[in-house]
Amino acid sequence: MLTIGGHTFNSRLFLGTGKFSSSTVMKQAIEASGTEMVTVALRRVDLENPQDDIMSALDRDKCVFLPNTSGARNAEEAIRLAHLARAASGSSWLKLEVTPDPRTLLPDPVETLKATEELVRAGFIVLPYMNADPILALRLQDVGAAAVMPLGSPIGTNQGILTAFQIEIIINQARVPVVVDAGIGAPSHAALAMEMGADAVLVNTAISVAGDPVAMARAFAQAVEAGRTAFVAGMGSRSKQAQASSPLTGTLATDLGFLA
Amino acid sequence: MQIHLNGSPKTITDSTTVAMLLHELGVPSTSVVVELNKTIIQPDCYATTSFQDNDQMELIRFVGGG
Repeated sequence: MLTIGGHTFNSRLFLGTGKFSSSTVMKQAIEASGTEMVTVALRRVDLENPQDDIMSALDRDKCVFLPNTSGARNAEEAIRLAHLARAASGSSWLKLEVTPDPRTLLPDPVETLKATEELVRAGFIVLPYMNADPILALRLQDVGAAAVMPLGSPIGTNQGILTAFQIEIIINQARVPVVVDAGIGAPSHAALAMEMGADAVLVNTAISVAGDPVAMARAFAQAVEAGRTAFVAGMGSRSKQAQASSPLTGTLATDLGFLA
Repeated sequence: MQIHLNGSPKTITDSTTVAMLLHELGVPSTSVVVELNKTIIQPDCYATTSFQDNDQMELIRFVGGG
């Protein structure tokens, strides 16, 4: 069982709620995914649509609500958003995102570390979104991150796990759960992360913009489960040389020597 | 007087409180966070918090996001 911040999760698939065509589709996809953790963002109220409210579409009894600090370009902005998130959600869960460059949306390691340290001190359960840097992962867990969230590839790119080598090191070293976040574009990418030993994956775009987001949510749930089961079962090692899977003795060629 | 609401100028009467403004805007107070000059205003203070000229008010809520 996966435990983060004292909370136990049965599902290892976390879901982002962005870019769904409607809150009805989002609700059905959440249901189909079996997720117990959903992320949300904070934005200014659209004064043209003041009634618009995502909270009414989400069941907080079934899912932990994980507000993100998307839009923050430095630690100061992220900390301000974190406090707003806590006031709005009434809980201390936080996905810390500090992305100064809107073109790449890559996380700023220095500001992320600074903000994690301060927010942990302020009582937040901090899950920092980070580049797949093993040393940074250690630094983040040292200052009290509840989990680390290394990226597979940049946000929304559907490029999959381009950082497999570093993520493997992070997983091997981590004392906190490792949640592979961002860039996961297909169920096979999620399965790969889980086979490598990731504790969970966070998926948004690949599900929300799929032709059928509800069916895709189900496909991701199955992939995450398959990948996890494979990791626990223990995968065979890789070899550059062929290793016969059928017995090499008693073949026709041995028994009928003239064939040799 | 004039305040800045979510980055845009907004003219209000002098005695307006946060609660009155939310009501006027049609924003349910349960689904938003109010920040006034970078300080979060607790919901039980909405009815007693009024404004100064040039106050910066932010009305924030959760939206879909990853």
